[in-house]
Amino acid sequence: MLSKEELEGYWRENRKLMWIVLVVWALVSYGAALISGWLNRIVLLGFPLGYYMGAQGALLVFLLLIVFYAKRMDETDRKYRVEED
Amino acid sequence: MVDRDFVDRLKKVYSIYTGGLIAILVLLYLGEKVLGLSPSFIGYVFLFGTIAVYAAIGIISRTGQVAEYYVAGRRVPSVFNGMATAADWMSAASFIGMAGVLALQGYNGLAFIMGWTGGYVLLGVLIAPYLRKFGAYTIPDFLDARYGGKLPRFVGIVATLIVSFTYLVAQITGVGIIASRLLGLPYEVGVFVGLAGILVCSFLGGMKAVTWTQVAQYIVLIIAYLIPVTVLSYKYTGNPVSQISYGFALQGVEQKLAQLKDDPKEKEVREIHKKRAEELKAKIANLPQSWEQGKKELENKLKALPANDPKRAEVEKQLKDYPKSPEEAKAKWTEAMKRAQDASKPPRSYTAPPADAKGMVNFLALMLMLMLGTAGLPHVIMRFYTTPTVREARTSAGWALFFIMLLYLTAPAYAAFGRYEMLNLVGKAFSEMPEWVQKWAKVNLITVKDLNGDGIVQFAEISIHPDMVVLATPEIAGLPYVIAGFVAAGGLAAALSTADGLLITISNAISHDLYYKMINPNLSPSARVKIGKALLLVVAVLGAYVAKFKLAIIVELVAWAFSLAAASLFPALVLGIWDKRMNKHGAIAGMVVGLTVTIVYLYLSRFKGIELFGIKPIASGIFGMPMNFLVALLVSRLTPPPPEKLQAFVDSIRYPKGAVRAGAQE
Repeated sequence: MLSKEELEGYWRENRKLMWIVLVVWALVSYGAALISGWLNRIVLLGFPLGYYMGAQGALLVFLLLIVFYAKRMDETDRKYRVEED
Repeated sequence: MVDRDFVDRLKKVYSIYTGGLIAILVLLYLGEKVLGLSPSFIGYVFLFGTIAVYAAIGIISRTGQVAEYYVAGRRVPSVFNGMATAADWMSAASFIGMAGVLALQGYNGLAFIMGWTGGYVLLGVLIAPYLRKFGAYTIPDFLDARYGGKLPRFVGIVATLIVSFTYLVAQITGVGIIASRLLGLPYEVGVFVGLAGILVCSFLGGMKAVTWTQVAQYIVLIIAYLIPVTVLSYKYTGNPVSQISYGFALQGVEQKLAQLKDDPKEKEVREIHKKRAEELKAKIANLPQSWEQGKKELENKLKALPANDPKRAEVEKQLKDYPKSPEEAKAKWTEAMKRAQDASKPPRSYTAPPADAKGMVNFLALMLMLMLGTAGLPHVIMRFYTTPTVREARTSAGWALFFIMLLYLTAPAYAAFGRYEMLNLVGKAFSEMPEWVQKWAKVNLITVKDLNGDGIVQFAEISIHPDMVVLATPEIAGLPYVIAGFVAAGGLAAALSTADGLLITISNAISHDLYYKMINPNLSPSARVKIGKALLLVVAVLGAYVAKFKLAIIVELVAWAFSLAAASLFPALVLGIWDKRMNKHGAIAGMVVGLTVTIVYLYLSRFKGIELFGIKPIASGIFGMPMNFLVALLVSRLTPPPPEKLQAFVDSIRYPKGAVRAGAQE
């Protein structure tokens, strides 16, 4: 069994990771929506950037976030030796 | 542990299945071209062919074991669970309606695109891995184990039933509409065909059967969604990847809309709409006299016409469609007035965000509610109980989002092409409308009316139903009927798969959570499965019975389900995992306050017209959700901390290693 300190360390790292993911999550959706009028002035391949973020950009970041979190948690599990038996 | 052989076998089976599907498409195409098969024959092949396949999977997966019945034996690999979750999640509304809403609303519609995907980040990070570690069967199971006692379980059951049942009725309604469109059957018959389709998937094998049919249904719906838009994109640009190519359509749409803003002919039509809106407003103010007067006028008109006048049929139809009561008149006329008011305004830019603060607030609130609601919907969360490990639960959220995104990244392309085609009609003569317009005008999905009598189509003279965009794309792209039929089969798969997931969630909440856990804990495993199956039947028939009435309120109820889930279950789950100090009193108080505030605001904003900060009923959870968090935190800090045993339970679900201590583990 792990010591209490080790378990707490594991959870602290998880919590930190969770906040990082949620901040990015909020920035690409709510943040981008708030400034989308301004972002729309940038047009790439026919796509106004503000519209593009809402239609596709944010979604791609969401997927990356989940993959990133799963990968990092895998590493953290191994580091603290709490992976499943 | 993940069973490699099992994964390989699954891959093989579903590859053969996909190959077979494509072979059948090609055969039907040849049948249509060479043998001249009729559309209705092709429609029947798709309807009964796909349902027969789902039924076969359901029968192969039959089971009498508790763990297989409730959580598919917890051996669904993350890729397949991702596909099943995607099918579970994407309903007829995602498949048929969403692109259309986007086409009509422009930027505002993006709240749905981001809202219905962003929730998976929350699921994957905040909820899914921990619920999987806990390893029970349902959400009420978790609430019971985490907070202790029957009351949290009971509140969880109530929230689950409210959220899931309205959603189920909407799916059965969707199946009825698609079946009746595909085959020309009456709507009520369509509902019962759909009911049979739903039951064959879930009745014999519970969650196990639902999972494997959902994977099959996902494959049908995604291929059906991608074919028409890919072909159309290739026709426009030579680039088949519609998700990248639709930028040109956005530009075209914006240019055209800017031109139309000050066009004198458009202004003329807008004036007509404005006058119409004012007339309706006066009529509504004069209820009920105006209703009686209108009725009398029509009756007198009918009397004045001679018996063999061809105009009689038209007036008779008008009389038949006339509101049956002053109340119905008020509802109908108010809606018509709103539509006329909208049409009387110059068209907005397609890609620009809401111009005023109120619009932006409502946009953000709606998006937040859809995200948190997604992460709190019982039938979605249940799917994460079926993965073999905690690790797989994390990656499974990623796979689910990946498979959902294949459709969601495509919807904006559908929408832009749809809007583009709609604007291409502007300036054409009424005599040269393309064939697809004439076809869909017959079923009232598109109306083009020469309001100012100049023989030329103006933008303000076109009105389209959101469903039209996806359904008409095969014809706009010039594809054979086989593809149009296949798109309908895809919509059917989307509705059936969601209905199945909901059905199993509801029947589990009653049979497992309520009956077995609270009323009669001495049931044998086989009796539990039998009761589950019996309830499945009862709930399905009840759902179909309610769907038969085709209540207008159902569509709205589904949107409300997100607010309800976000304001009740989501906070209780997140706090239960992330806040060790949270106790029973806090969680219950939070859920009750959250639900109550949301329902009261829903009622006030929908039926009494009282709106705070411009928040529409659809985003009503924006008040209840923070209240839930606040009350839960406050009450928990003012009452004793949860007992040692429950704190140890929180610890044990936080770490993937080891067994879960305490709680209702079996």
